[in-house]
Amino acid sequence: MKPSPAFPKVFKVSSKPHKFCPGCGHPVILKMLGQALDEMGLAQKTIFLVDIGCSLLAWDFFDLPTSQTHHGRTVPTAVGFKMADPQKIVVAYVGDGGAYAIGLQHTISSCLRDNPITTIVVNNTVYAMTGGQMAPTTTDAEITTTTPAGMQGVTTLRGPELLKPIASPQAYLARGSSRQPLMLKDYLKKALATQIKGHYSLVESLSACPLNWQTDARQTLDRLESLEKVFPLGEIK
Amino acid sequence: MAKKFLMGNQVLATAAVSAGAQVMFGYPITPASEILETWANLCQQNQVLKILQAEDEMAAGFGMIGACLAGVPAFTATAGPGNVLMQDAFSMAEALRLPTVAMIMQRGGLSTSTVIYSQEEVRLTCFGGNGEGFRVVYSPANLQELFDYTLKAFQTAWRYRWPTFILADGYQGKMKGAVEIKTDNLGLLTKNIKPILTKGVNLRNCYNLEEEIGEIILAYQKDFQAKRGKIEEWQTYQTKGMEIMLVAHGIVAAACRPAVDQLRRRGIKAGLFRPITLRPFPAAAAGRFAKKVKKVIIIESALGQLASLFKDELAWVATPLVEVNKPAMGFTPEEIYETVASLS
Repeated sequence: MKPSPAFPKVFKVSSKPHKFCPGCGHPVILKMLGQALDEMGLAQKTIFLVDIGCSLLAWDFFDLPTSQTHHGRTVPTAVGFKMADPQKIVVAYVGDGGAYAIGLQHTISSCLRDNPITTIVVNNTVYAMTGGQMAPTTTDAEITTTTPAGMQGVTTLRGPELLKPIASPQAYLARGSSRQPLMLKDYLKKALATQIKGHYSLVESLSACPLNWQTDARQTLDRLESLEKVFPLGEIK
Repeated sequence: MAKKFLMGNQVLATAAVSAGAQVMFGYPITPASEILETWANLCQQNQVLKILQAEDEMAAGFGMIGACLAGVPAFTATAGPGNVLMQDAFSMAEALRLPTVAMIMQRGGLSTSTVIYSQEEVRLTCFGGNGEGFRVVYSPANLQELFDYTLKAFQTAWRYRWPTFILADGYQGKMKGAVEIKTDNLGLLTKNIKPILTKGVNLRNCYNLEEEIGEIILAYQKDFQAKRGKIEEWQTYQTKGMEIMLVAHGIVAAACRPAVDQLRRRGIKAGLFRPITLRPFPAAAAGRFAKKVKKVIIIESALGQLASLFKDELAWVATPLVEVNKPAMGFTPEEIYETVASLS
């Protein structure tokens, strides 16, 4: 068995073990981001901004200047920082509620303006921190604490696809999954490279929430895989 | 020093340049829109300046926060319902002690209301958000003060690191007059400007334990109380032998001055105490005068919002107090004269 790669250098050792639940997708996504930053040599110039929800648990995850913001307001904070200091690489780390519900106007507007920031959206189809309520990404018939009978015939919001028609020709939009980390890392690197070229990028990553999904290890992986039917992986733009 | 004939909102944007501001984040709203428009024109003349007309007031507020985190003086301007939406950002600025500067041009209160004038955003600007009011709020009373206190607001924000406000109103924003444009040595004290979000800094405003946040709030309170003496400002007029003390702020205080002159001519020993900082409220100074007079009359274009600031900190003053409230309506000096004369 191949040994797993060492922790990224950009990890903040003093905050490990991390604060996420066992089986959560966040640490996988953050590890891929850490490796991407290491491999691209960007750790010295990256600013990391995190939203409310489970993403806030990453407020001291990296040895990077990091600030947690308010729910949905991480993207405008990133836009303001980047305007003030264009030499920095600014990453907004947001859940699906922050990016597609309470902060959707910021997601759309930052894409429309081609703001040179990178938004990473962690999509686990629920509001996880608050106990598993319905999200804009909740799938058809999925049972959540606020849709106990499941929703029928509701269109699930697909973020990158929504942004595609309004994104600049140079923008980058992709969807990966914590189930396929190396593919995700490749997308994250392309997104950061797009920011360096001065354009907008967003990578959504499907992520598991076994706590709120109430799934065991096998069921969690199966459900994550089945989500790819609703949210196709790939480079969308 | 050059004098220019400008509209109040133009004065504010012009002053922000002199103060050292580099970025404005805004969203149009009457009666504050000309601040954003003027800044947009100033950006055409000066390539260092930047502007973002954001998608809403929340984005404007948090854009300003992002720039402050990067160590770049930034500001916003809004009014009424926009002030309500921006409390989201202001409360975070309060929690993380970020040097935001906001120009609030008060319009009528209760929801969308009028686009004209009131003094009904006092409470919201001083205490908005789920916080304790760790903010500095300046209430200017004329066009020159719009300029002068904007210079000061940036200095205060970056020196003490409390969110700082210029709380004016639609009358002041829309009136025109000659203003001295000062460019000498009054700019931002550059030693206080530095990036806030730097290597090794991890900021949060979300905590696990009651004790964690409780201790932070108490530390902030201690610091706020320790610094308030250096921040508080007030102005008095005709206090010699004063028996009737008028208390008013902003443009209502300006209307009180000729009324005081008229009352004095009639033999009524009226004077004016005008808080310039509404937060921190100059309580010690107000108390020194209030305890000596026969009557305190608080006059404002709101239902007791200034009065509550006064009473909150000066409950120990036994002097009879009368409130003259005209919510969302302006005062003329004659009206103040007649009202005070009838109460004397």
